[in-house]
Amino acid sequence: MRATQWMGKYRVEVNEVPDPQILNDRDAIVQVSSTAICGSDLHLFDGFIPTMRRGDILGHEFMGEVVEVGRGVGNLRVGDRVVVPFPIACGNCSACRRGFFSVCENSNPNAGIAEKFMGHSPCGIFGYSHMMGGIPGGQAEYVRVPFADVGPLKVDSDHTDEQLLFLTDVFPTGYLGAEHCEIRPGDVIAVWGMGAVGQFAVASAKMLGAERIIAIDRFDYRLAKAREAGATDVLDYEEVDVTEALKEMTAGRGPDGCIDAVGMEAHHPTTAVHAYDRAKQATMSETERPHALREAITSVANGGTVSIIGVYGGLMDKFPIGSLMNRSITVRTGQTPVQKYIRPLYERIRNGDIDPSFVVSHTMPLTKAPKAYRMFRDKKDGANKIVLKP
Amino acid sequence: MSSTASPRLRRTARLLGAASAGLGVAMLRDPVGVARTAGVDDSDTVLSVLPLVGARELAHALPLLAGRPGWAWTRVAGDVMDLAVMGAALADRRGERYRRLRTATIAVAGLAAVDLGTALRSRRARRTGPAADLPLTGPLTSPIEVSASTTVNKPPAEVYGYWRDFSRLPTFMAHVRQVATLEGGRRSHWVAEAPGRRTVEWDAEVVEDEPGRLISWRSTAGADVPNTGSVEFTPAPGDRGTEVRVRLAYAQPGGRLGKAVAKLFGEAPDQQVRDDLTRFKQVLETGQVVRSEGTPEGPFAKRLLTQRPAAPHA
Repeated sequence: MRATQWMGKYRVEVNEVPDPQILNDRDAIVQVSSTAICGSDLHLFDGFIPTMRRGDILGHEFMGEVVEVGRGVGNLRVGDRVVVPFPIACGNCSACRRGFFSVCENSNPNAGIAEKFMGHSPCGIFGYSHMMGGIPGGQAEYVRVPFADVGPLKVDSDHTDEQLLFLTDVFPTGYLGAEHCEIRPGDVIAVWGMGAVGQFAVASAKMLGAERIIAIDRFDYRLAKAREAGATDVLDYEEVDVTEALKEMTAGRGPDGCIDAVGMEAHHPTTAVHAYDRAKQATMSETERPHALREAITSVANGGTVSIIGVYGGLMDKFPIGSLMNRSITVRTGQTPVQKYIRPLYERIRNGDIDPSFVVSHTMPLTKAPKAYRMFRDKKDGANKIVLKP
Repeated sequence: MSSTASPRLRRTARLLGAASAGLGVAMLRDPVGVARTAGVDDSDTVLSVLPLVGARELAHALPLLAGRPGWAWTRVAGDVMDLAVMGAALADRRGERYRRLRTATIAVAGLAAVDLGTALRSRRARRTGPAADLPLTGPLTSPIEVSASTTVNKPPAEVYGYWRDFSRLPTFMAHVRQVATLEGGRRSHWVAEAPGRRTVEWDAEVVEDEPGRLISWRSTAGADVPNTGSVEFTPAPGDRGTEVRVRLAYAQPGGRLGKAVAKLFGEAPDQQVRDDLTRFKQVLETGQVVRSEGTPEGPFAKRLLTQRPAAPHA
């Protein structure tokens, strides 16, 4: 089969590899009909996530048709159309039982590596480094889906792939970001980073009843998408001082909820600040460039919530803990337990509350994955979300 | 790994570490002053060697300050060297220098006695716990004790029940190839992999067996690798399943050196037990050992260092 392989920093190739096989009784093999490149895949592309190996198959946003099931999978049949959550979860451990699917205690066979980096291990994730399990991803013709009896959502409606594909990650992740803010009537929500996740956070904040939603980015095409998703205001952080602008917009209060949908590779308009963190990152003395997170913390209203859904890998410097502590700020974060959200959000799509396909800017054949990664990384040609067809 | 040194022994080790650190710093910063105090400031050789001795003192100061009494052995070795040199020097010193050197020698001898006592007690300390009654089969074997724990989301009776059928242990114990049970499970025959592609075998007998709570066993006479172990099952608070605590002790072939070499290849015994428990939890909770293309064996320390690419293999 053809698969998208990570071949080193800035190098992605589509190569012929053996077809996947069932390794565990609870596996299924899915023939991929659509897969997308996630903003977090760019952290791999740019070489910021440790424990990648040459030849790893990328991709954690995919859907398709079941072509084989293991003996332990009772709920799926060959021919079923499924959407597959990006975190892998067993459904049996106490984390899964409490709904914390993304910290499943059993699905990462390389928990030992993750423990070295983080103390305890999160769940296994498709195509996301060996620290997260060494599990091949879905930017391929076929993919092995572990614990297929727990994760995949069987869909029977006639929605297009583009309407359903984002249930795998970016829609639930944006939704989680908004849900963390426990939005009450009158709340102002600010969202940093208008990638697809940020756009879904905006759309979700709107569904959850926010009064005003402020989108922050530096690319016009992304800010335009944010308006389409429901942002009432947009800020270009290269034009304005974000914290000051937010203060003014809220008459000094600051937003009630601040959502960081940027993560470890943020940009800062002040060259010196950007250079400081970029240099520390290059010398591995921090893994993050956390400008958005610092700004979200100092901007949020007293007693407000900072919701972190952008991906971070390890350690950061100059964390404004004083602002956080003294102003009674709540921080909520986590990889999204997609298994918990996929069914209710599918219902939202069926009800017509949202049509997630608005994020798609390009559809390309899988063989064009190397070009798609570069376009997406360089924000070329309005590359908002690229869907690949195997 | 569990440390078996008593708090008092660790305190003594720290004092010795402090003494080493003080001496080391003095020798490095002011070798002439130290030589004068010891009455050997007339020797150029002493003046050039003292900073090296200072560096030696700093080297064992660190682990001793961390409360590891075993490192007193390196102090004992240093003491022997120092006393030999000082004894030789005493023979050709007279007057004030002789008196100073004699005082210094007596002080070093006093410290040496404390060093030797601490080192010997650290050795005895290792011979307590489950390893204490292991028959050691040769001069190159030393007792290794490991412990590990996990929480399994199943009731104690079920978790105990799975473990009690020893023939199922190879499902999750990566290095155990086969366990045959005899006499209704009271005795068993074990075949396990050892470093260097060898296998080792032994018979074991159950020592304690309290259903739902505890199993302990030990190898019987003639074992290739004498060993003993226990596994304890306690209800985790608030309905969180069962806390499983394993303690093993065995005579490591090749002694501490063998253990160090094994560790280089990702086969540290404590890691092996942790991996085994990870797989045990997986088997009980999910019904299978969880494998991936990067780690086809399931959780396995050695594989963490030599991951296969996350892509299907032919």
